[in-house]
Amino acid sequence: MNASTRLAAVLIGLVALLAWPERSRAQENYFVTYTHHMEEPGTLEVSNKSVTGFPKDGSSFIGSSMELEYGVKTWWTSELYLDGQTTFGENTTFTGWRFENRFRPLLREHWINPVLYFEFEDINGANKSLLEVVGHDGIEDFLSRAERSEKEREVELKLILSSNAKGWNFAENFIAEKNLANEPWEFGYAVAASRPLSLVAGAKACTFCRENFSLGAELYGGLGDRYSFGFSNTSHYLAPTVSFRVPQGPTFNVSPSAGLNHNSHGFLLRFGVSYEINQFASMLRRK
Amino acid sequence: MNPRKLRLITAIICLIVSGSMISAASLGDGLWISRVPEKDRTRQNPFADRPDAPAAGARLFSQNCASCHGDNATGKGNHPSLRSERVRSATPGELQWLLTNGSMKNGMPSWSKLPEQQRWQIVTYLKSLQ
Repeated sequence: MNASTRLAAVLIGLVALLAWPERSRAQENYFVTYTHHMEEPGTLEVSNKSVTGFPKDGSSFIGSSMELEYGVKTWWTSELYLDGQTTFGENTTFTGWRFENRFRPLLREHWINPVLYFEFEDINGANKSLLEVVGHDGIEDFLSRAERSEKEREVELKLILSSNAKGWNFAENFIAEKNLANEPWEFGYAVAASRPLSLVAGAKACTFCRENFSLGAELYGGLGDRYSFGFSNTSHYLAPTVSFRVPQGPTFNVSPSAGLNHNSHGFLLRFGVSYEINQFASMLRRK
Repeated sequence: MNPRKLRLITAIICLIVSGSMISAASLGDGLWISRVPEKDRTRQNPFADRPDAPAAGARLFSQNCASCHGDNATGKGNHPSLRSERVRSATPGELQWLLTNGSMKNGMPSWSKLPEQQRWQIVTYLKSLQ
């Protein structure tokens, strides 16, 4: 497939999404951190999260994940990720898939709301989507990610804690990941806070109203593994986040991330777009 | 990986997942209104007297609620009409509580992702429909 065909396919896809009659705004504010907000039942969210980096000692890259997130129940959200990457001067490649489920055990809003997260990943050694940072993940290890034949089958567990207070959202994620090929458990964390620019909606419809923008920040990184738990030889990032929700349309997110130590990428730029199709299952049944 | 360890991990995951599901399924019974705590039931709507609140609430309703409850809040498919006696007789505090907590067994999600002020604007709109 050449570049113009790919561009045409992307444009047709975007037009098809925008023409879909039942749509609403997506609510994602962060790239790495999860909150307790689940997908509404029957709603399918299609999104793309990308990360690009310009390492000094390696080629620039774009890692990309296409996400299909579906609200199975009010307390259960399922998600499929398809990952790919482009490394400049090399090629573009599919790097694997992930399947995750999130469960909300307490069904009412509490001061702190826990969510349990389970994921299975079948990715290869060339994966550069950087959806989380765990263990001793770092720039050295990242630059050598090119081997598609290297299989990584992993399980990932997260404890997600999240709160809403005075218009703010605060979220904390504790991550445990295990490569099933006899490697130790690796740990990581992500914490985040965000707030809409305005807590009150205006009476008149407008695209660039303050309530359609959210600002926040994420802090995430690795915590070593079972044998060497802690901050030694780990990487950490601080990333402001900006979200813009087009009323009845897609949500755009951007997040420039700064590496906080010598083991981190100096700079990563994350960007994404997401789009919700309401009552997806009912519409399929009707058709 | 040691197959015994793998089995143990799988069993723990299954236990946690099924525990979550059972706990989730056992909560909520559609009688949400009887479960609203008194302090929430009697809360006053700070937007009740604001002239632009119903219009703002209508916009929020259209963006977040209309896909299930219909453009005119008259219901859609299995989703109930909000022009009903139950909504008419509910206090603003009870409706705010429902929007915040949802009624998860009945498929109504929590809308705590919206700021509290916006939930009050939706309540103002719902009350204006009655």
